[in-house]
Amino acid sequence: MNNNFIKYLYGIADNSLILGQRLGELTGHAPSLEVDIALTNISLDLFGQVRSYFQYAAQLSEGDITEDDLAFLRTEREYLNVLLVEQPNTDFAYTIARQFLFDHFHMLLMTEMQKSKDETLVAIAKKSIKEVSYHKRFSSDWIKRLGDGTEESKQRIQKVVNDLWRFTDELFHTTEADEAMIKEGIAVDVKMLKEVYYKNVNEILETATLEVPELKYFQKGGKEGIHSEHMGFLLNDMQYMQRTYPGMKW
Amino acid sequence: MSEKEVKNLEEIFEAKIARDEKIEPKDWMPEKYRKTHIRQMSQHAHSEIVGMLPEGNWISRAPSLRRKVALLAKVQDEAGHGLYLYSATETLGISRDELYEQLHSGKAKYSSIFNYPTITWADIGAIGWLVDGAAIINQVPLCSTSFGPYARAMVRVCKEESFHQRQGYEIMLTLCNGTEEQKQMAQDALNRWWWPSLMMLGPTDDASTHTEQSMKWKLKRKTNDELRQQFIDQTVPQADILGITVPDEDLKWNEETGHYDFGEINWDEFWQVVKGHGPCNKERLQTRVNAWENGEWVRDAALAYAEKQLERKVKQAG
Repeated sequence: MNNNFIKYLYGIADNSLILGQRLGELTGHAPSLEVDIALTNISLDLFGQVRSYFQYAAQLSEGDITEDDLAFLRTEREYLNVLLVEQPNTDFAYTIARQFLFDHFHMLLMTEMQKSKDETLVAIAKKSIKEVSYHKRFSSDWIKRLGDGTEESKQRIQKVVNDLWRFTDELFHTTEADEAMIKEGIAVDVKMLKEVYYKNVNEILETATLEVPELKYFQKGGKEGIHSEHMGFLLNDMQYMQRTYPGMKW
Repeated sequence: MSEKEVKNLEEIFEAKIARDEKIEPKDWMPEKYRKTHIRQMSQHAHSEIVGMLPEGNWISRAPSLRRKVALLAKVQDEAGHGLYLYSATETLGISRDELYEQLHSGKAKYSSIFNYPTITWADIGAIGWLVDGAAIINQVPLCSTSFGPYARAMVRVCKEESFHQRQGYEIMLTLCNGTEEQKQMAQDALNRWWWPSLMMLGPTDDASTHTEQSMKWKLKRKTNDELRQQFIDQTVPQADILGITVPDEDLKWNEETGHYDFGEINWDEFWQVVKGHGPCNKERLQTRVNAWENGEWVRDAALAYAEKQLERKVKQAG
């Protein structure tokens, strides 16, 4: 069970880690000072969550493993985040749509995780849900502003929603490890969240006067460690110090 | 207004400053006072915003999760400081957009220090320790400056700055207690940031054009040279604790004066950077201009949306 549990933790934590990393790239570059502060703030929340999960995973792991080993020494084949969160920032529309599509999932996940049989996960979920509900409000409000803003902003955000939609289905996939932990009553069965997710997301898209994409083909792989070509560069950047100067304290 | 009335207002204003009373946005103030404050406060705000870039450069590469989180929080604080300072400046009757325009056109300045590149992780420690250290020396007196909105903004800014400085010093301490490679990294950062940090305290007293007026308005309590001496006196012992060497052959404790004597600052370099020709001036400004220009469609959308929402509300009410 331990191994499955650790893999399950990676899956959740890696989503926050990779998305936090993407948002961290934007600090100092946002369209306004207020948005800059908000994006940095969200990144900070996500990294705070990552530290909780990784400290827990390190504690459950055999040997002398730290949170930093998990972040900085795993390869891209060992990272289990969904493809959505590793997509590049490209422009503000991508940043917002990616955030929006993830936040709605994250909110449902944290809500359900509070029912886990594992006390630590419950505690993390209780702390995170406050943050996630703030993230969700921020990204949903921006979807509305961009969708129902100018003709240009509408076109841009619609294009990006269409573009990123293919990554949403993966949010509801489960791995073998996930399934084992669902059986134990520890993991959230994300398959059950799918319907309400699309209902919530579609509602906001409609309020934003946007069209809900009709798509038959989806992408997956992240949860099995099969990532897009973006991922290697992201890790290269993030892990540079630990790889260059192994085993040091910072 | 007659000349006599203006003279009367000036006297009331001077008396207030002499009594250490705050000048508030609706109070009468000499035009020069207003202009000087717009210049200094906006320059301060711009420095916070441009100052996010050299440190932001290391967010994606911070060597541990703990350091990454601390760095994100610090850069976020700086954006917050920028926000208070722009708001405080706006009380003087100028808009944030106008202030940005001055920054983007190169008309307004920001602190010269942010035109130096952050090329190793140790630079993040050195910036916290030295750059924030010098900033605090400059800024603490501003907590009791005569213009109320500025003074109040500075109280909050100074609290966070001293926290950042401690964090920066702690990064240096960890490096200096680490491996030989890490210690070298710390020494190299000190070598590169020492002189630019001394330059942050401004030109020497005889070359400083604003000092006299600023002392009168309590924007300044000590001269640039006095502040610089204070910075050196407090920082050199900290370098000693770290076990790294300040890159100044002429640096020596002076028993008689009770201060450190120090070498000549390269003022040619200072003026080169101030005039826009430092190592990163072009990149820093271009980054700010790009963020602003690439964000235009976003700001337009927010505005259009807000207008539509207002219209809907009016319609519903009607």
